[in-house]
Amino acid sequence: MRLPKFEYFAPKTLEAALCLLAEKGEGARVLAGGTDLLIKMKQDLLRPKVIIGLKGIDGLDKIDFQVKKGLTIGATALLAEVASHPDILKRYPAVAYAAQETANVQIRNMGTVGGNLCNAAPSADNAPTLIAMKAEVILAGLKGERRLPLDQFFIGPGITALEPGEIMTSIFVPLPSPKTGTSYQHISARGKVDISAVCVGVMATFEGETCRQALIVLGSVAPTPLRAKKAEGLVQGQKWTMELIEKAGDQAAEESKPISDVRASSEYRQEMVAVLTRRALREAHKRAKKR
Amino acid sequence: MKHHINFKVNGDDYSLAVDPWRTLNEVLRQDLNLTGTKLGCGTGDCGACTVIVDDRTVSSCLTLAVSVDGKSIRTVEGLAPSGEALHSIQKAFIKTGAIQCGFCTAGMEMSALHLLSHNPSPNEKEIRTGLSGNLCRCTGYNQIVEAISIAAEKMRGSQSEEVE
Repeated sequence: MRLPKFEYFAPKTLEAALCLLAEKGEGARVLAGGTDLLIKMKQDLLRPKVIIGLKGIDGLDKIDFQVKKGLTIGATALLAEVASHPDILKRYPAVAYAAQETANVQIRNMGTVGGNLCNAAPSADNAPTLIAMKAEVILAGLKGERRLPLDQFFIGPGITALEPGEIMTSIFVPLPSPKTGTSYQHISARGKVDISAVCVGVMATFEGETCRQALIVLGSVAPTPLRAKKAEGLVQGQKWTMELIEKAGDQAAEESKPISDVRASSEYRQEMVAVLTRRALREAHKRAKKR
Repeated sequence: MKHHINFKVNGDDYSLAVDPWRTLNEVLRQDLNLTGTKLGCGTGDCGACTVIVDDRTVSSCLTLAVSVDGKSIRTVEGLAPSGEALHSIQKAFIKTGAIQCGFCTAGMEMSALHLLSHNPSPNEKEIRTGLSGNLCRCTGYNQIVEAISIAAEKMRGSQSEEVE
């Protein structure tokens, strides 16, 4: 399998990259880790005339955590770096875990969280947790930059809210409020390396034994990552009991719209939404108590 | 337009002009004649093409050659630079019979080297996780895991053997 021919540029600054992208127009694609884009090119699903490599841009791979603000993950920060970053492991364990559970060692050494989001696969491992944690993406264009809640970034399979000429430069994850826990759960046919057949990200905030608010995001069961809003409403303001968790799982399953494909049947997926939602809620509750 | 790149492979300096669409795998195998690194699936699933770039294992089939400009690469040929004295990892693979058809071996050994350089005493689970990006079509995983465990012990014992 060979790559089709293309022109390659490795700009050193974001401005240069944005100018190139504007100048080359629709035939140009930006490249971070390449673990999705190059495969699509080898399979002849994409045939860009120009590739703009982003990894040479100074500072775009920066991971920055500030206690008062939150976490910023640069667009070219590797999945492996996010998975092992001490501040992320400590303050955002579900974000680190989702990065760690993405693909395999080699892909995590090449691929990026930003790329996982921009590729916009419904099964993207890093999307559910980040949406549940109210992450924003920072999108830069020649006219300036804009911030968009990640919740609004996904339009369809492989389609995002990125406008022509825009580049995602970073992902911002606010610091969770006190008594808040998060969790990422996923399942696939072949253990860890396989693409997730179902994945669930949760962030839940508690007051004593009452759930103040929960965000539940399902992956791989709809054209884009999906907020299970009825399940969120069901647990909000309620006393935390086994029965409530049970019901929330059922509700999330009802809201999911999975298809049957090579990875799992829609019936199985729906069942697993219930199971994984319950697991995620339980883990988030456990973690919230520790904080 | 060809791009000029300078990089190191197993300590040797190379300076090449490459087309941007050529992968590191193609350049290693075709231009440098380092055919120890294999090409399996070509889509980053099987790990047969694994090499180490600046201390991180990558799939050379998904790495553009232009992107390794200025970097240092280690391939399976670098494990036994003399071509005679084998590395502890290679010796352990032979000892346990961890090689059947041999196609995955180079990638397995590079992943093993990467694992052991970061974790000199991995348990079985850690070894299996470290190899999660390498498939063995002969399914000889148990022997491979055993080999890495033996190699780890050997490498801990002899500090003289360079891990990096």
